[in-house]
Amino acid sequence: MPNENRTASPRLLVACAITAALFVIACKAIADAPREITMGLVQKIFYFHVPCAWLLMLSTLVCAGGSVAYLFGGSERGDRVAVTASELGVVFGLCVLVSGPLWAKAAWGVYWQWEARLTSSLLLWLMLVAYVLARRYGGAAARRLAAALALFAAIDIPLVYFSVRFFRSIHPQTTVVSTLGPGMRGAFWLSLLAFTALWWVLFSARMATENAYARLVDLEVLLDQAEEKKS
Amino acid sequence: MTRSFWRYTALIALKDLRIEGRSREVLYTMGFSAALVVLVFSFALASATDPAQGPITAAGVLWAATLFTGTVALARVLDRERENESIRSLLLSPAPRAAIYAGKLIATSVLMLAVEILLTVLVGVLFSAGVFSHLGWLALVLVLGTIGFASTGVVFSAALLRSRSREALLGALLFPIVIPVLLAASRATACLFDPLSPDLEPVAFWTRFLLATDIIYISLGLWVFEPVVSGE
Amino acid sequence: MSERHLRVAKVCKSYGRQRALVDVSLTFAPGQVAAIVGPNGAGKTTLLGILSTLSRPTSGEIFLADEPITRDPSARQTIGYVGHEPGVYPDLSARQNLRIFASLYALTDAEARITAMLKRVDLADVRHDLPARAYSRGMLQRLALARALLHGPEILLFDEPSSALDPVGVRWLSEELLRERDAGRLVILVTHDLDAAAQVAGHLVVIRRGRVAMDRTEPAGFTTAQVRDLYAEALRD
Repeated sequence: MPNENRTASPRLLVACAITAALFVIACKAIADAPREITMGLVQKIFYFHVPCAWLLMLSTLVCAGGSVAYLFGGSERGDRVAVTASELGVVFGLCVLVSGPLWAKAAWGVYWQWEARLTSSLLLWLMLVAYVLARRYGGAAARRLAAALALFAAIDIPLVYFSVRFFRSIHPQTTVVSTLGPGMRGAFWLSLLAFTALWWVLFSARMATENAYARLVDLEVLLDQAEEKKS
Repeated sequence: MTRSFWRYTALIALKDLRIEGRSREVLYTMGFSAALVVLVFSFALASATDPAQGPITAAGVLWAATLFTGTVALARVLDRERENESIRSLLLSPAPRAAIYAGKLIATSVLMLAVEILLTVLVGVLFSAGVFSHLGWLALVLVLGTIGFASTGVVFSAALLRSRSREALLGALLFPIVIPVLLAASRATACLFDPLSPDLEPVAFWTRFLLATDIIYISLGLWVFEPVVSGE
Repeated sequence: MSERHLRVAKVCKSYGRQRALVDVSLTFAPGQVAAIVGPNGAGKTTLLGILSTLSRPTSGEIFLADEPITRDPSARQTIGYVGHEPGVYPDLSARQNLRIFASLYALTDAEARITAMLKRVDLADVRHDLPARAYSRGMLQRLALARALLHGPEILLFDEPSSALDPVGVRWLSEELLRERDAGRLVILVTHDLDAAAQVAGHLVVIRRGRVAMDRTEPAGFTTAQVRDLYAEALRD
């Protein structure tokens, strides 16, 4: 892992450049995409909102994966992956939860509608916030507690979604976005790609910090050992 | 699961329940605070009569109160092990960790169910909900919902054993995760309380959902309990 | 009793970023009391946690009679542990507590063993339904010893057992340690009390900053002066 302890590795800079380029292309595509008939310009929040929701879920799954590696394999790297992914999940989750109500207000006149996907995102976000809290205030077993939390959060993704969806079936359904017009599809996928690239860049940068810290600790230990040998 | 696993599970569950039976501290404090929660809700939600709201509100209050006081039960069942470091003696014994999990799960569930009986009666009275119409189904929903809550709670309560922020964190960590259980249980209960509901189909549906959720949570809990509780 | 030694082989333990134990290698023999001493935070309790199989080392192994027991749950049957907390249930009486532990260790003829053990630790005359919560500190430690010995373990681990005990209690504990040693058990005592260590130890280990700074065996035992000298020497920079 030669590059992991350098803050501005060439690989990361290239990734940043690619991400920036993707965003430029995606923004152009979004601007050029046809306006949706009923909601007009507001509907374009969709190109921002849905990728963020996807990244929230991705972050949760990656966090859970790292947690499994840490909990059952004692992998310190897994733990670093988990904490990085959890923070990204909180950030992108916040984006979902801010953009969602804004869109809802414009589309349906109310900020919140207990719609299945948005509610699931809210709960998932809360679980990731809980993860961050658990790590900070969980005491001696904080990392293991948080890891267990991540696993339950991951397994809850389908449970929460389906329970809210069935719960909502009693109430009038509000379709989120079921149909994507032909011109919109391209813009959507580009946007998704750009956001995922951004996620990857942020993930790598944050991981680099964590890895650097771990390497620092290792060096301290080596220094300690060298001093002991001398005396 | 081998016979010795069940033997240890029973041993640990009975030990906890016997200790509860002796002091009854948790039962009384839980019961009282649960009753107060129901009362607070009934005052807060009091409106000029709106009978259609009755069953939904009653079910919601019942399960909200259950969840809140459930965290008390969880904290106590695990806290008891911390008092004289008996948790170490327990972990040092040949008892399999999974059996410790299962035993604590059963003990917590029994404690919660005991209080839920009181809560159900109270809710029935204060919200005029038809709690006695389908007792069999209601009992099933209560049991499955309680197990769903406790199966997750035991893991987190055990992990928080040595944390200073134990009480503050337990609810914060637990509630988002058990929302599906809360939803399913309160939906089913609302249908059971509703004299005007045409059939019990929603109840059957949500009960199946609860059962699936419980199986998933217990499986995950059994898997995760050992690494969470052992070592370090 | 056959010579079943407890061997610690290059054990390291890290807590995330802290290294608590580094390359610890020791051998403990049965029929002897080994005292592990060292400054606060040196890693003594961590080592004991690993010896009791409650913690797992980050690397290294523990062997009992050349069988690795580091990851072996069945090894717990042969280990008894007394810490500075008694490890019993405060709402239950002594007999009820011991009944639970007898079941946990799947002991046959539990009642007879419990009666004998209560007599041994001089708790037989206590009111039979008095919860442990009402016991004095000394009584609790006696119950703790009963709990630890009940299943007839081969290895006895003590972690600062005489902290918060009065001088009578401390003396009683030393006598019990020697008694178990004479019965052929492998006794390991972690303490910061050098005098107490000198009274009972035939094997002295000094842990400093996670490493073994001194490992000396003296079958005839140590004098207090010897222990102090060895300790000072181990801690000298």
